[in-house]
Amino acid sequence: MAYSDKVVDHYEHPRNVGSMDKDSTDVGTGLVGAPACGDVMKLQIKVSPEGIIEDAKFKTFGCGSAIASSSLVTEWVKGKTLDEAAAIKNTDIANELALPPVKIHCSVLAEDAIKAAIKDYKSKSGQTEDEKAAG
Amino acid sequence: MTTSAIGRRQGQPIYLDYQATTPCDPRVVDKMLPYFTEKFGNPHSRNHAYGWEAEEAVEVAREQIAAIIGADAKEIIFTSGATESNNLAIKGVAHFYKDKRDHIVTVVTEHKCVLDTCRHLEQEGFKVTYLPVKANGLIDMAELEAAVTDKTAIVSVMGVNNEIGVIQPLAAIGALCRKKGAFFHTDCAQAVGKIPLDVNAMNIDLMSISGHKIYGPKGVGALFVRRRPRVRIVPMINGGGQERGMRSGTLATPLCVGLGEACAIAKAEMAAETERLHGLRDRLLNGLKARLPEIYVNGDLDSRVAGNINISFAFVEGEGLMMGVKDLAVSSGSACTSASLEPSYVLRALGLDAEMAHTSLRFGLGRFTTEAEIDYAIDHTVKAVEHLRSLSPLWDMHLEGVDIKSIQWAEH
Repeated sequence: MAYSDKVVDHYEHPRNVGSMDKDSTDVGTGLVGAPACGDVMKLQIKVSPEGIIEDAKFKTFGCGSAIASSSLVTEWVKGKTLDEAAAIKNTDIANELALPPVKIHCSVLAEDAIKAAIKDYKSKSGQTEDEKAAG
Repeated sequence: MTTSAIGRRQGQPIYLDYQATTPCDPRVVDKMLPYFTEKFGNPHSRNHAYGWEAEEAVEVAREQIAAIIGADAKEIIFTSGATESNNLAIKGVAHFYKDKRDHIVTVVTEHKCVLDTCRHLEQEGFKVTYLPVKANGLIDMAELEAAVTDKTAIVSVMGVNNEIGVIQPLAAIGALCRKKGAFFHTDCAQAVGKIPLDVNAMNIDLMSISGHKIYGPKGVGALFVRRRPRVRIVPMINGGGQERGMRSGTLATPLCVGLGEACAIAKAEMAAETERLHGLRDRLLNGLKARLPEIYVNGDLDSRVAGNINISFAFVEGEGLMMGVKDLAVSSGSACTSASLEPSYVLRALGLDAEMAHTSLRFGLGRFTTEAEIDYAIDHTVKAVEHLRSLSPLWDMHLEGVDIKSIQWAEH
């Protein structure tokens, strides 16, 4: 299978590889996928008191498309609010990377990873969106 | 042309996929060429010199093929390849003997063309036993003995597995089948020319042979069909009654000549080539092991052809790894390389977890593989695995001592 130039670029030069302290209250961690399915993504976000994603890191076990999808979303979520990040759609990822139909699940997994990281952050910081809006 | 130039063109990856196919040996091509042009006769034309010279060439090829498996030339039938041979052997025997015996025994790790043929026969009403394999990929002889009954028409067990290269105990299987009165068919597409074969010593009744796995042309194969005791088969292709009525159609003289020459070369060079490939394979395996922890060989290492090594690189995914080793033409057992998204059924049959099956690469070494290529392959693979492990959350968990199996994964 031929990969798009963008997939190859992210695979060879992945952005924001790494880990953050998963116990820190300003860090949200999303771990999605399963080894048996050939894809595991770990996406972490560091959120400022103002609710802006300051930093993002990923680690992914998977094919080139899975690595590229997670690398791409670390770039995209940085600087965004949680709501903006949560609005990222798998179709946006798939279009940006020109993923073929058989690889769409990689972009779905990346979207899931963002949502899981946001959920983890919110649960740890003890805030719901409503409380934050009210506060 | 130097042999080292074959199988690798400028700008192309190093070819390490010899179980998928092999380049035609230039010596084979040289023998074939006249039969496309000046010696173009129909080998079945009995009336003139054009036919006679083509027929003679085909009969020489038949002798060459017979010689490499210890058969008689009259027992060799030309086909379009091992897939056709497997179909013809299993369906042919099943259909001929169906009134007395309606049972077939085969193995879960057989090639798809054997398994699919058996599935097809099941739909026709035949009963099929699919034997499991042990963790090393070999069948358990006691299980085979228990499976073969007086209703078993044919036992089909491959000589060498295409994914993991393991060699099944053909002589023991043959002896058992002879004792029980079942015919023994073996798909030897990956075995001919790689290991010594003797249809009489091994009590083999039918054997499938492929051209393009042994440096011959694609589109040709052969089926050995024993004459004494005689094996009868119902043909799949009807017509002018060529190939003793078992496979009608005008023989493709150049392809037959190519297959014959490929067998002759393989027979002459097998001993030295096996030793050379063993050296290269050990170099590859030891080179990888020395630099990478957590790698595992799939399939038995001793009962195995020299030119195959199948390795799981734990905590990296096979397709991602294939992308990393882009300078190597290798094959992966990973789901992502197949349309089905299922990891290799052969590796699963060994009892490998799906996650380990996902992490496998098959390195196929062959006649034109050089030591320099192996050294490059080692370095390239190590770098790719290290890169991917640096990205792998599973590798991190492994380093932290987390048991990946203890995590509740959301399977998708």
